[in-house]
Amino acid sequence: MMDPHSEQAASIARLTNYFFIAAAFIFLLVTTLTIVFIIKYRAKPGDKMPKPIYNNRRLEFFIVGVPLAMVSFFFYLTIKTMREVLPSAEGKDPDVVIIGHQWWWEAFYPAAGVHTANEIHLPVGKKLLIRLLSADVIHDWWVPQLGNKMDVVPGRQNHLWLTIRNPGYYEGVCSEFCGRQHANMHIRVYAQEEADFQTWLAQNGEKAKQPDKEPAQQGALIFQEKTCGSCHRIEGTAAAGTTGPDLSHLASRHTLLTGVLDNTPENLNRFLKDPQKVKPGVNMPNFWLDDSTRAALVAYLKQLK
Amino acid sequence: MDQWINIPEPTEALPEAGTERGLLEWISSVDHKQIGIMYLLMTLLFFVFGGILALFMRTQLAVANNHLLSPEIYNQFFTMHGTTMIFFVAMPAFFGFAVYAIPLMIGANEMAYPRMNAFSFWITFFGGILLYFSFFTDGAPDAGWFNYAPLNESPYSTNGINYYCLGLLLAGMGSISTSINIIVTVLTRRIKGMGMKQMPLFVWMMLITSFLVLAALPSLNAALSMLLLDRILHAHFFTTSSGGSALLWQHLFWLFGHPEVYIVILPAFGIYSEVFPVFSRKPMFGYGFLVASGIAIALLAFGVWAHHMFTSGMGNVVNAFFSASSLLIGVPTGVKIFNWLGTMYGGSLRFTVPMLFAVAFLLEFTIGGLTGISFAIVPIDWQLTDTYYVVAHLHYVLIGGSVFGIFSGLFYWFPKITGRMLDERLSKAFFWLFVIGFNMTFLIQHALGMIGMPRRVYTYPDLPHYTLFNFISTIGTYIMGFASLLLVINIFKTLRNGKPAGPDPWDAYTLEWYASSPPQLKNFEKVPPITSERPLFDLKQREAKE
Repeated sequence: MMDPHSEQAASIARLTNYFFIAAAFIFLLVTTLTIVFIIKYRAKPGDKMPKPIYNNRRLEFFIVGVPLAMVSFFFYLTIKTMREVLPSAEGKDPDVVIIGHQWWWEAFYPAAGVHTANEIHLPVGKKLLIRLLSADVIHDWWVPQLGNKMDVVPGRQNHLWLTIRNPGYYEGVCSEFCGRQHANMHIRVYAQEEADFQTWLAQNGEKAKQPDKEPAQQGALIFQEKTCGSCHRIEGTAAAGTTGPDLSHLASRHTLLTGVLDNTPENLNRFLKDPQKVKPGVNMPNFWLDDSTRAALVAYLKQLK
Repeated sequence: MDQWINIPEPTEALPEAGTERGLLEWISSVDHKQIGIMYLLMTLLFFVFGGILALFMRTQLAVANNHLLSPEIYNQFFTMHGTTMIFFVAMPAFFGFAVYAIPLMIGANEMAYPRMNAFSFWITFFGGILLYFSFFTDGAPDAGWFNYAPLNESPYSTNGINYYCLGLLLAGMGSISTSINIIVTVLTRRIKGMGMKQMPLFVWMMLITSFLVLAALPSLNAALSMLLLDRILHAHFFTTSSGGSALLWQHLFWLFGHPEVYIVILPAFGIYSEVFPVFSRKPMFGYGFLVASGIAIALLAFGVWAHHMFTSGMGNVVNAFFSASSLLIGVPTGVKIFNWLGTMYGGSLRFTVPMLFAVAFLLEFTIGGLTGISFAIVPIDWQLTDTYYVVAHLHYVLIGGSVFGIFSGLFYWFPKITGRMLDERLSKAFFWLFVIGFNMTFLIQHALGMIGMPRRVYTYPDLPHYTLFNFISTIGTYIMGFASLLLVINIFKTLRNGKPAGPDPWDAYTLEWYASSPPQLKNFEKVPPITSERPLFDLKQREAKE
């Protein structure tokens, strides 16, 4: 959080720095007094009964007054920063809709009609409005370098604003405990220049590739037959499920399973063989697929660029 | 002036199982001292349970991508750790000290309602046992100690949540009845001449805490009952998929939950306010100020709960209100530090173990208090809430504040309770190891949170610094675990052959040190006249003159 890469994160980092300076001052004051008193007033043989001090009105006024002035100053900064970072989104259309699921992230770009999952591409230099929804329990969107977190609450429409400064890859993670695989609910944000972002968006807006050779064609049939489409969507086929991640362009992503594994055919095969072993608690059932069936499915999925 | 006060026999005989019948005598006892001791023993038992869970958790997190505990088990462990430490360690420890010491401190021979006192203890104890029974079902509760909806509903969690609801409802009955007992005892059983302004500060803080319990617990009890209705009778208070509200749970829980923080810190403030004057050989600096700020905290405590919810999307107007109230409550809480420093100023300081814990508390609690202020500053909260920075903060407050208070009180009153002095060398070894282990565990977690590690994760990827910082933290936990073992050994060793303490080993100020150690069944035959909040000090001064 102290390495801000968005306007919002920079505002918060500035306020945080002011706070740490003030906090360090108070901590040093208390520590110094404590240490001095320990050394100076340690009981010595032959000590007389110390002079009792019951109170001191002037000191009491001072030790209440100074902290009150300090918190008032920080209250002013709080209001100012809150208004910069999170103004109202009343009546505005979101650029991206993020939907939290147990345990993955769905992303939808309403203007382009594009769906994707877990790896979220965003353009730099634009003030984006991100709408946050939940499909089941409370999750929380947090990418530390990009600023404030925001809960994803079922039954509510939350939002946040995001003006990313530099292109790059930013790592985030779900920050509200959401069940068995909360720990692995990573967020991967790819911030891109506008032109690169538009290229990515156009590619992901296309229908999924039809396989043109074996065993991928076989895999496409198995995908429909084994009811994978009840949970997963592949644009342009009958598969239209929304419980699991969209797979239309799976092969164009860097990782699988919110970043648990690199996106390689071997890893995909490993997951299909025993989902619980790779990601304990995941909602994907084990279909007990034999080796050749898995090979066909993997061949189909890896050509979905 | 020299009017000694005789304490009459109770007008009504209380049930007792006779004198020397071992366990049966304890089970049937309504004596406030025996019940206080049982509260403390229960605390020790659950402290061991909760500590073992913590050792497992930190072992799991010692290295990246560890597979020692499955996520199901890890989630149950951290939920049980938090629930145990709050409801079955921190709260009953202070109730234990209160029912043991308050009658002695105010010159009474019993609590106002001795039978209800026994009821409160046993219902709390069985509440804890019921909670732990959940391990024998399909799993202990696994939705975190604050148990957010809708994760706490049947589709997403184990049946352990039912045990969580029932266990906490039972313990809640115990807390409420003890609080009523404390309030009535303090208001009606004080010895003649002890006005409110002569009450020891521990008694004051327990009085304020008891009112807090009475006002805060109903909100929790309502939430737990609603959740049970949801889970068992299919009501829809919190089931979002059928129109319930996820945020309603948060409001009800934190309307209890934030006052709860003060319920477990004000009694510790009371203990420090006994320990600092005695071992500085001075009166408390700003007695009236401490009482007034305690009352201010208790009132403000009910207006700050939503600072736990700044990231739930409540809107900036609501956020601003709770930011202001949370910043404000930091002032009376933090300023007390200067009262204790003022008590040390110009004193003659004796660094016994109770005093060592009190001095360590000053520094640890300042850290915990300052990081607490950072959560009242909404934008900082937006970055740091639900990370390891929170884990660090809450342990600095709850260990550095509450648990150090429990230790300070334990070492302070142990000679009174048992009539024996704890082993000095073992006690000091325990203090240093525990303080070092504690800081090693939690200081580095501030940094972990700031570099992005969320709380409540059963494992983490091997990102830069993550493994090293977590490993250091785990070693710190082991040191704390070893220190706790020393404490248990020390206690049992002392019970067997500790040095006799005598009635007043600390040269202390309040009435409990006038009774024998351990006190007789009837605490006092007579007590000296009350001339200030330090009656025993005044008596010793007068005797020295004569």
